[in-house]
Amino acid sequence: MTPENNTPRHGAPAVRARRQMEHFVADVAETPLQATDKVREDNAPLSLWGEAWRNLRRQPLFLIAAFLILVVMAVSLFPGLFSPVDPSSEACQLANSDGGPAAGHPLGYTQQGCDVYARVIFGTRSSVTVGLFTTLAVLLVGGIIGALAGYYGGWVDAILARINDIFFALPLILGAIVVMQLPMFRANRTAWTLVVILATFGWPQLARITRGAVLEVRNADFVMAARSLGVSRVGALLRHVLPNALAPIVVVATISLGTFIVAESTLSFLGIGLPPSVMSWGNDIQAAQSSLRSNPMPLLYPAIALSITVLSFIMLGDALRDALDPKARKR
Amino acid sequence: MATYILKRFLQLIPVFLGATLLVYFLVFSLPGDPIAALFGDKPVNEAVAAKLRVQYHLDQPFFMQYLLYLKSIFTFDLGQDFSGRPIAAVLAEVFPVTARLAVMALIFEAVFGIVFGLIAGLRKGRFFDATVLVASLVVISIPIFVLGFLLQFTIGVQLGWAKPTVSSAATVQDLILPAIVLGLASFAYVLRLTRTSVLENMNADYVRTASAKGLSRFRVVRVHILRNSLIPVITFLGADLGTLMGGAIVTEGIFNVPGVGNRLYRAVLTGEGPTVVSIVTVLVLIYCLSNLLVDLLYAWLDPRIRYDA
Repeated sequence: MTPENNTPRHGAPAVRARRQMEHFVADVAETPLQATDKVREDNAPLSLWGEAWRNLRRQPLFLIAAFLILVVMAVSLFPGLFSPVDPSSEACQLANSDGGPAAGHPLGYTQQGCDVYARVIFGTRSSVTVGLFTTLAVLLVGGIIGALAGYYGGWVDAILARINDIFFALPLILGAIVVMQLPMFRANRTAWTLVVILATFGWPQLARITRGAVLEVRNADFVMAARSLGVSRVGALLRHVLPNALAPIVVVATISLGTFIVAESTLSFLGIGLPPSVMSWGNDIQAAQSSLRSNPMPLLYPAIALSITVLSFIMLGDALRDALDPKARKR
Repeated sequence: MATYILKRFLQLIPVFLGATLLVYFLVFSLPGDPIAALFGDKPVNEAVAAKLRVQYHLDQPFFMQYLLYLKSIFTFDLGQDFSGRPIAAVLAEVFPVTARLAVMALIFEAVFGIVFGLIAGLRKGRFFDATVLVASLVVISIPIFVLGFLLQFTIGVQLGWAKPTVSSAATVQDLILPAIVLGLASFAYVLRLTRTSVLENMNADYVRTASAKGLSRFRVVRVHILRNSLIPVITFLGADLGTLMGGAIVTEGIFNVPGVGNRLYRAVLTGEGPTVVSIVTVLVLIYCLSNLLVDLLYAWLDPRIRYDA
């Protein structure tokens, strides 16, 4: 988003208009109050996002999180670049069962004799896929429902709020467990099934946040101005309300991406998420569980990968929250 | 106040009905025959299947089924699980265990979360604050099943400080380690919430006034800062009780706690629809009631909230 559009609250058009006007500021050479009189009109105020970006660039927490997320994304897109070993089950040699680190296999072997490092690398994709697409689905569903409830209010809000309450009463993991055991879903356990199910039980939180954010901006002066200039109700919602209500939504979505990754691995760990044939951190942790006391490493490494991925999304969300909330920002 | 309680209570009814209807619909009406699933790989015995269908009212139209189910909830006649035990008896056996576990987890997260959060907030920006903040983020990001295994392995097996698994009696002593694991993630949230809330209140006018009129630091912190900071924390804790009970599935599995989560998981794996629906219904009920409790606690903690609306 550029500072030029969608930012009535920061007055960029007003500045542009003033720049073309004649100036009636006293000639700076004549007055000792040079410093105060020097009006730097070309120094246009940054938008909320521009200012947030300027702040974020200097935050080590953000930089670390962003770097880790880029690495995780790269690994999930091109796992072959990071691991030369083929991790598929056929390549596992039982002779290597529970073996320690060896040349080319830095993290040792699982009980099945598979390369732990390769499995961790290739397991990244399922976690990231489920986390990312669930978040997108939740943004879409929760965002639309929350925006409608907050913007239109009245009976629309009342009905949507009740539906929201109903889904809120079913915790994410509990609802997903109940649904995943159904014959219909048990028969095709894929990443996309998980996305649908997690999104079904995950949207209420985002809807609540969106509703609150929209409610805060709905009656702002610039929305009123747009409406009185003839912008339609939906147009005002899309072009003026939503862009200005985006900050808390983005923050919550970033953090919940981590939550969905955890949910996927928890379901896989419980044996009702992705099938054992699919490589995923949850499945690997589940498989390593039986030999925990003799060889804890195959459990530890996917767990570390999982935790670092989740941590980086939570840190990113935290950094975004600090940068986007002018009240919390320390000067 | 009485009208307010009544009004809040009435508002719970549609939520409860809606949530149970949703679960009931998901379990019994989506494609796939729940009764046929029971037979697993064996051929379906039509006579037994027909008898089971009648027993669970699956021969009736959907809405009728749901109404009959509601009736069975309010008469505490929940039918039998697939081994022939009354579901009500099963619930009476497993719920106290999970309730004990959840309350212990709640006490743990409340005491440690509030104390650590308060200290961190009062010493903002210092070493303790920074350490606790980073540590809480790390705790939040480690999934509960990893935490469970790690603590079970290190504290339970290697160090031998606590029992790694729980006996069938599930005494308070047995449950200490599982309760810590269950409460750890929420502990981090309570800590961060308390810290933020304390930071906000420290700059409030009434805190300055209290200090200015010469109250001791201890009294300012205890009465003026802490009590006001606890309002959002209590809300979180109240709502968390329901979440903890529903979220204990993984923890109970790792430590072999004979509670709701374990029973629910077993019912899910064997496809015992009626048991699943019954357990989830009770969990939803607990969630609704704990939210009601939070609303009432608000009245007691924050006199600014008025209830005549």
